[in-house]
Amino acid sequence: MAYTVARPKLSFVERLYVPAVLAGMKITIGHFFKMLTGKTKVTMQYPEERWDTHLPEHYRGAPTLVKDEHGHERCVACQLCEFICPPRAITIKPGEIPEGDRWRKVEKFPQEFEIDMIRCIYCGLCEEVCPEQAIFLRKDYAITGLSRAEMVHDKQRLYELGGVMTGLVFKWNEKK
Amino acid sequence: MSDILFALLMALVKGVGLVFLIILPMVSYTVYAERRVSAMIQDRIGPNRVWIFGLGQPIADAVKLLLKEDFTPASVNKFYYWLAPACAMAPSLMALAVIPFGSNWFGQPMVVANVDIGVLWVFAVSSLGVYGIVLAGWSSNSKYPFLGGIRSSSQMISYELSLGLSVIPIFLVCGTLNLPEIVKYQIENGWLISPIWLKGISFTGINFSLLASSIFSLTALFKLVLWVPLFISFIVFMVSMFAETNRLPFDLPESETELVGGYHTEYSSMKFALFFLGEYAAMITGSAVIVTLFFGAWHIPFLPTDPQQLSPVWGFLLGLLHIAAFFVKVAVLLFFFIWVRWTFPRFRYDQLMRLGWYFFFEIALANILLVAFILPFAPN
Repeated sequence: MAYTVARPKLSFVERLYVPAVLAGMKITIGHFFKMLTGKTKVTMQYPEERWDTHLPEHYRGAPTLVKDEHGHERCVACQLCEFICPPRAITIKPGEIPEGDRWRKVEKFPQEFEIDMIRCIYCGLCEEVCPEQAIFLRKDYAITGLSRAEMVHDKQRLYELGGVMTGLVFKWNEKK
Repeated sequence: MSDILFALLMALVKGVGLVFLIILPMVSYTVYAERRVSAMIQDRIGPNRVWIFGLGQPIADAVKLLLKEDFTPASVNKFYYWLAPACAMAPSLMALAVIPFGSNWFGQPMVVANVDIGVLWVFAVSSLGVYGIVLAGWSSNSKYPFLGGIRSSSQMISYELSLGLSVIPIFLVCGTLNLPEIVKYQIENGWLISPIWLKGISFTGINFSLLASSIFSLTALFKLVLWVPLFISFIVFMVSMFAETNRLPFDLPESETELVGGYHTEYSSMKFALFFLGEYAAMITGSAVIVTLFFGAWHIPFLPTDPQQLSPVWGFLLGLLHIAAFFVKVAVLLFFFIWVRWTFPRFRYDQLMRLGWYFFFEIALANILLVAFILPFAPN
């Protein structure tokens, strides 16, 4: 049902419009001077100031591969991450470790390990599913490239970003 | 003969110097100031990437606008479409010719054309600015620019009335239309905006009897009484200037939210830039006129007013200082323009017309009568 909204009864001073004008101008100049004296909190000036030092421990950045304390790759090419990856960003081509190698016991290694960073949604399921703790989401967030091909991180790039992670899983020690 | 040639040459030098060395850079930096100040009022930072504090931004903008494609829609009336941007920019620069922007420099009075019709020239020329907008709106052959053009013409015509009427009290008081003469009157009797005027203070010392007589005398009381209508005149003139230069809260010809971009919707590249910069040039001209009429133009209180009476070096410096003082005053007014723009919402169209015809027109008329009534009681 339609009903009438009662208009507020304005006094003469209010109808003059001038006090409201002055009040408005006072507010805006207040904001101006607060900004001028640096009292206003403003946006981070991105390329100069970065999140890097403020990122929390649990931040999920780009997925990377890591090596163990012997400098050997942790990934055993089980392909669990490839299967769980929701946007199917990961492609692994498994290979066999030849007879006589120091790491023969591990049996498999990834010949190729590619993560398409255009597809990756940074969900962290690969890190969660990995039985070898070989894949980690690190804090890199500014992943850019000039072409689609450049945005596909190959094995070498993934290890470059990941580096070494020690003291996690010890089952592949060759003496055991 | 050579005198005339010399005078012509000096006018050319002053005109070109004023427009190209001062006004055009000032226009582009007013755009920059607009963006920075609006950002600061809205708790943002604004353009700060190009060079220090983003001071290179206007140059980058100019390069961008020059390099953009200059597109002419097929349905426009080509002749008027091309004519309109020039019509928008030129009048505001032409109006500057009669503004005294400095006292005396190298023995030359710092005004391009010292003519007796002064303010009439400003009104005559600056009202031509409406042609740029109307032509743009009409020749674009598109409904939004058309609406913008119509609004603009009716708005500018309505406010020109109160603009013209509101300065008549000044001519009644000063007795001249010549802008340098009005400035001279203000130097002797005080800026028209100030209710009292202290005399006898200079940097060499204080003349107490002159100072006392400038505060406690019939003349001072008369000036105080006269200040009331002059202040009303100032308010009416200022508000009408906002409407005349199409600035918010009266920017109905543009009103992005209703008319896309208003009269310049169909324009691109440098033609658009001419409209855009023309608006800011009009703002500067408007501020310059206000400064000249009410704020004593280049005059700095308590300092000598004639550089020619000083030694050449001090005269040179004082002349420069006077020019600087004029543009500082203009800059303060420009800041006020920007400040107002980012404070108020736009008026509705009927409110704008109501304000123009029902209030400012009547106030300006009554104000003339008031001044005419007060003036015969002048003490001397």
